[in-house]
Parts: sequence; C-alpha cells; structure tokens
Amino acid sequence: MKSPYNFAYLDEGSKKEVRRAVLKAVAIPGFQVPFGSRELPIGRGWGTGGLQLTLSLIGPTDRIKVIDQGDDDSVNAVSIRNLVVATAHIETTDMSDQATIIQSRHRIPDEPLRPGQILILQVPQPEPLRPVEPRERETRRMHAERDYSAVWLGLYEDIVRFGQITTGADYPAVVHHRYMIKPTPIPRWDLPKLHQAPFLTLFGAGRERKIYAIPPYTDVEPVAFEDYGFETEKFPVACGLCGSREAYLDEVLGAVGQDRTYQCSDTAYCRKRRDQMEKGNI
Amino acid sequence: MGYVAVKGGQEAILASSELSRYYRVRHAATSLDVDILPSQMRFLVDRVMSEAGFYGPDHAALALKQAQGDIYEAAFLLRAYRSTVPRNHVSLPLDTKEMRLIRRVSSAFRDIPGGQILGPTFDYAHRLLQFDLRDEPPQAIAQVLKRVEDHHAAEEAGDQGVFPRVSDFLREEGLMAPPNPGLDEEEPFDITRLKLTFPAPRSARLQTMARGETGAMVALAYSSMRGYGAIHPTIGELRVGYCALILPYPLEEGEALYVGELLITEVEAINGFAHTKPGEPVQLILGYGASFGQNEVKSIAMSILDRALDVIGKEPAHDEEYVLSHIDSIESTGFVSHLKLPHYVTFQSELDRLRQTRQTPSADAEEGNR
Repeated sequence: MKSPYNFAYLDEGSKKEVRRAVLKAVAIPGFQVPFGSRELPIGRGWGTGGLQLTLSLIGPTDRIKVIDQGDDDSVNAVSIRNLVVATAHIETTDMSDQATIIQSRHRIPDEPLRPGQILILQVPQPEPLRPVEPRERETRRMHAERDYSAVWLGLYEDIVRFGQITTGADYPAVVHHRYMIKPTPIPRWDLPKLHQAPFLTLFGAGRERKIYAIPPYTDVEPVAFEDYGFETEKFPVACGLCGSREAYLDEVLGAVGQDRTYQCSDTAYCRKRRDQMEKGNI
Repeated sequence: MGYVAVKGGQEAILASSELSRYYRVRHAATSLDVDILPSQMRFLVDRVMSEAGFYGPDHAALALKQAQGDIYEAAFLLRAYRSTVPRNHVSLPLDTKEMRLIRRVSSAFRDIPGGQILGPTFDYAHRLLQFDLRDEPPQAIAQVLKRVEDHHAAEEAGDQGVFPRVSDFLREEGLMAPPNPGLDEEEPFDITRLKLTFPAPRSARLQTMARGETGAMVALAYSSMRGYGAIHPTIGELRVGYCALILPYPLEEGEALYVGELLITEVEAINGFAHTKPGEPVQLILGYGASFGQNEVKSIAMSILDRALDVIGKEPAHDEEYVLSHIDSIESTGFVSHLKLPHYVTFQSELDRLRQTRQTPSADAEEGNR
C-alpha cells in the first residue's frame, strides 16, 4: 500500500526551508537562525527541532542512530527512531561509527565521531541569555551587540555565593569568538567534544523555532574565568560494567543497604567495550 | 527499578499503545460513532478545530475519538497532520459582514439594525442536569428536528440579508477609530511559516490568538478585567455564523470559486477612550476576536487581549511577548509534559555541582542559605 505520507513525513517545501536555515546556520557559527518550525507527530518540546533537521537531511542511503540520555533503547529514542523509519524506511544502527546521522537528546556519544558524520542535538531552550533576559526582542539586540555581560555577572555571583560555578548541564559556550550558545542540556563532560570537532553539529529547537550550528573545526570555548575555570563532572569510580573511566556515568541506586554503582550513560559505547573485553582486546 | 523500566523501550511502547487501545474500548459495547460528534459534541469539535488552526469537523471528530476526548491531544493530532499536506491555495479574505448568522448579540445597544438573534446558546439556560438525556428516544429527536426546521423553512422564504456591523454606525458618526491603518492592503504575516518577531505585526497577533488555547487566553483576559490590567470593554457585537470560503480561480484573472462555508465566531469589543495615547483623537477603539467554530468565550478573550496588547502596562495581559509566547496549546502542553522524559544526565550533572559546592568552603553554603 502506498503511504499517505511523504518520504520523511514533511512535505518537500518544508524540508527545503529547514535546509536553507541549516546553510545559514553553518555560515554563521553559533547564530540562532529562526525558521518556520512545523508541528510533528511527537510532542512539541520532545525533540521536534532535532527531528525536523533529521527529516530534512536524510536521504534513502543514510543510516541513522537515535539516542536519549546516551541510550538507544530509551523510550523517547525508540519513538523518534520509529517515526523516522516508518516514514523514510532507512536503515538504523546503534553503533556510533556506523551512523551517518546521529540524533541525540542530552548526550554526545563517548566514542569519538569522525569527519562527515552529522550530530543533531535536540534543544529545549536555545537562548543562552534567557536566564538573564526573558524578552526575545532584547536578547536579539544583546547578541547583535555581543553584550554577554549579564551571563558573566551571573557566573561571578555564583562564585561569590557558593564558591563555585554552579551550572550543571547546558553550560554556555562561545562559538568561534562571536556568538554565545547554549549547547542544549548535554553534561559539561560533553562540551569539550565540540571544540575543533571534526564533525558537524546541528542544533534544532522546534518549539522555539531556532536552528544553529557548530561547523567542523570551530573553536568552542566554555564561558569561565581564568581563576575559576570550567570543570567537567567527576566520578568517584569506573563504570561497573565495562570499567571505563573515560565515559560519562549514570548513578544507579541500589536496593536499601546496597551500594550505589555507576554505569556508562552511552550504552553503545559500553557494550562495544564489553565485547572487546570478551575478545581480549582491552 | 527505574533503571529496568527504561530498557526495552520498543516493547514498552508497543505494550503501552495496546493498553491505550484497551482503555478506549473497555466497558463499552460499541465503538464511538464519529459522525455524531460534530453535532452532539459540537463545542468540543469547534474548540479542537480552533486550537489546532485546522477547519475540518470530520477530522476533528476523528482526532477526538483517537485522543479519547483529550482536547490537547486532539488539537495536536490535527496540527501534526497539517504539517504533511502541501499548501495549494490561499483563499480570499473571509467576508464576515456577509456571514449567514445563527446568532448575533450586542451589549452596547438594545436595538441594532437587523436585530439581536439569541440563537443556540447556554447563556440563559439553567444549569440543571437533565437526567432524561440519558435516554433520548428517537421520536424526541425527530420532533425537535421537525419543529425547528419547519420554523426555519417558513422564515427563510424571505432572504436573511446582510447585517451591517455595529462598529460601522459608530464609525459613520466619527466616534470610533478607523481600522488599524494599512491592515487592508498588507500581506499578512504567516505564523505557520515564520518565527514570531517582536513587536509582532497585528496580523501575527491575531493569527496567534485565533489558534490560541481557550483556557490560557481566558485567564489572561480575565486578569486584565479584574485588575491586573486596564481593559474592560463592552461587546459591540458578537456574531456566530457561516462564512463563504472563496478561492481565486487560477485560470481566469478576477474570477473566484466558492468552495464551501466555515462556522466562525467574531467579536468586536468596544473600548473607551481612557487609554488613548497622547496626540491620538479621543475616540472609541475596537478590540477584535475571531475563531473557527462557535467559540464565544475564547473570541471575547481575544478581543480583550487584542486591545490590551496595544495599551502600555506592566501586567502580563499588556505584554505582547508574554501573551503571544504562552497561549499555544501544542507548545505549552508539549513543553510542560516533556518533564516526563528522562533527565538522568542533566540531573547527574546537577548532583555533581551540588556535591562539589558542599565541599567548597563559602559563607553562604555553610549556613545552608540558598
């Protein structure tokens, strides 16, 4: 039976519009390009920005990986992957190195990506200035004037009150010495992966109708002071499954009386390491 | 056991969708007949069409059945469907003056040319549960249909004619400000294709509100009337009726095609001159509201907010960005409910900061002030 829906759900005119926004975003690294975000059949605020990028970029020969919290099998990742497959009938994979396009929420895979791969991150709140200024009208002006003083001041106030920069995930960064971005709620652990990365990263905020990009080999500097620098998360132990100390870990609460354990958040990375351990390669 | 629950996502989704189906049909001998909804649940259907920005009573009825009566979900289904269909035509502006009215009331004047038409409304009904509706025999339905249709057939012998707008009389007298200048000829902003910019053109404001969420808009308009704002208008005219949808005929310049009609609610609210800006002539100013279907309270709220956004004030109802950014049900419910998604990674990152901060000596943190 012929599907009542177009290849990759959106009509071709809409996809072209998204691709034009992507080109502009790549040309102006870190600049938030407004676009006519369409409603998709998954919740608005559940990854529709990333999904519109994916649907607009994939062709029949692409192979896609979808993760949520680093996990290919998380229900939201499954739901998004199912929609792409149902409407585009393309191959999927959970191996980071096999994918041409990786759509992710909250994580960048711990296995290094290579040139030519595209990382698509879903973004809930694209505006780094939103915590200090609720009005879009104002934040647009502030970006134009490169007026980021309120963010610096916020960091300073943090240090005065708590002796630390207290921002957890979604840590702001400056892209190629010009635009400040929110990198979407990836942990601080993932932020250095974007600096001089060999791959293209695209950010899609569906509800907020913004697309922005970090092209390959672009400088990405976390916002920090010389004496109070940027720090990634620290874990007291290694992954309980694969023993990695080079991956972001999830804390797993044991039953009462049992110890707390840690496991890789990137499940594909963890599984690959365990496979290699079995083969005696690690 | 939370860790186990997120594994096996594929099976979990399949099982969940099976359960949703089960909950929809259990305790019921028959499946809901969607053909009944556009009349017997017409306010529900109208609200869904209005908030979806998609006119299609049959589609809305199907969406409501599929969504098991969840209005947000039904409106969302229509919006998502809308993304898949190309836009083939752009109609001419609807002429609401030529509307085939089913209801028309004015709270500004007792006698208006053409008269007031109470029409179908609960406004003056006593809110008493009618227990006999549980069992409505077919004869009772047939009787109602016959009585009303016979009555109408007799009336329609004489053409209903065109009803001039109440606001036009006030304009003729020079008491009412002319329509927002330039609006007639301006190509409207298209909120389905462009991100809103602020200050928003009025066409963008009106579009955003026309498909805004009823509850959100009523709350904001109510706040303005109650004291968190300055707008408390008189309804010049509220009309409900059918408007002809006309397309320009593609093959012949100047020709037009009648496609069908849409049920529309339109409200013109009259505002006093107290908030006229310095230098403006002292006159009455309209607030405008319109929506698909019979959505009266939403259209009134829209007419209040339309004016409120032009008046300067500190309260939310006067703040364009505040109002327009928060009334879309697909966006608001989408983002509020995304909190149900896992946030393990970000929460882990926050715990990391908390533990680090607690180890760092600092006056505030030691006193536990935060």
